[in-house]
Amino acid sequence: MRTRTIEISVGFFMMLGVLALVFLAFKVSGLTNLVGNHVYYVTADFNNIGGLKVRAPVRMAGVRIGQVTQIDLDHKTYQAKVTMAINNADSNIPDDSSASILTEGILGANYVGVAPGYADKFLHNGSKIDNTHPALVLENLIGQLLFSVNKGSEKKS
Amino acid sequence: MIARMQALGEQGLNFCGTFGRAGLFLLATLLRRPRLIRTFPLLVNELYSVGVLSLIIIIVSGLFIGMVLGLQGYNILVDFAASEKLGTLVALSIVRELGPVVAALLFAGRAGSALTAEIGLMKATEQLDSMEMIGVDPLWRIISPRLWAGFIALPLLTLIFSAVAILGGYLVGVQWLGIDGGSFWSNMQATVHFREDVVNGIIKSLVFGFVVVWIAVFQGFDAVPTSAGISRATTKTVVYSSLAILGLDFVLTAMMMGGW
Repeated sequence: MRTRTIEISVGFFMMLGVLALVFLAFKVSGLTNLVGNHVYYVTADFNNIGGLKVRAPVRMAGVRIGQVTQIDLDHKTYQAKVTMAINNADSNIPDDSSASILTEGILGANYVGVAPGYADKFLHNGSKIDNTHPALVLENLIGQLLFSVNKGSEKKS
Repeated sequence: MIARMQALGEQGLNFCGTFGRAGLFLLATLLRRPRLIRTFPLLVNELYSVGVLSLIIIIVSGLFIGMVLGLQGYNILVDFAASEKLGTLVALSIVRELGPVVAALLFAGRAGSALTAEIGLMKATEQLDSMEMIGVDPLWRIISPRLWAGFIALPLLTLIFSAVAILGGYLVGVQWLGIDGGSFWSNMQATVHFREDVVNGIIKSLVFGFVVVWIAVFQGFDAVPTSAGISRATTKTVVYSSLAILGLDFVLTAMMMGGW
């Protein structure tokens, strides 16, 4: 009888451990595609990606449609080549859509925003988004601002 | 002077000797011919005393650590109007660091010391020797199931600890302090990654389990067979395994952060 209680409680313990793993996997880390591959890959070349990182979200109209999977430097054009995995559910993105690097809030992380185009053809696995806008780098912006302010004051004097 | 240097050298040699014995002991136990069907009932018994009996302390301390993290984190985050990020803060710190480390420390205190004392007492009362006399291999009968039970139990305990702690954070943050539950979970899910965070935590707990149980069992097996010796061995188990856990945690974190 005692061995039976021990066996049951050990089994219960194991089950609890597995349940905890399931909880951590699905509720905490939001793992949804266990087998994966419900995605297709699209690339885009940017002049400057700012602080974009791998696994950053890809959004269209603010809705998450995929994530960045790879960032490389193109050694010929010196542009950043960003590979994105887009969910298969969103397979009707026009061919001439544009991609830009945006920031969540003022100090938030970067993400890729896709704005739809008007073409009848859709993006497919391996296609490339040609129309891209680089990230706004705050330092450059401030530099330009100072430059124009200086120019203005020179004209006045 | 010479005598002191001699003593120092002796200590060094003793240290190396202990290390060597511990390694050989581990190898001898692990490389034993596995007799699965006969080991299994022993393993279940040990899992009970090592795992199930540690469950209470793990769950209670996990709950309180999660609640404290929720409370502290909320008070800091609310200054930056970022209290919705509490879920991220609690989940990441628990899953990456606190879960594996605190669970391992508690495990060393609760189960490691018990293992050492049990095996040490068996040695002191010559049970191990008499077992060898009647032809039962004590490494197989006593040591091996305890070793394996520890390896299996600590990762499971760590998972339970992390889950309970996150629920504790949820309890304080959402139920008590009134953060929106939806943003609590969704912010958490957006930042916590299964492979990088959860699996790395499990890897840590596997390493800790291995080290803690190894130290505990070896200290028991190597104890001086007197009552003072057993008490010293138990102390050593807790001290050494705590140090090993904290040191290894740093090394493992450095390796994992370095894109390993």
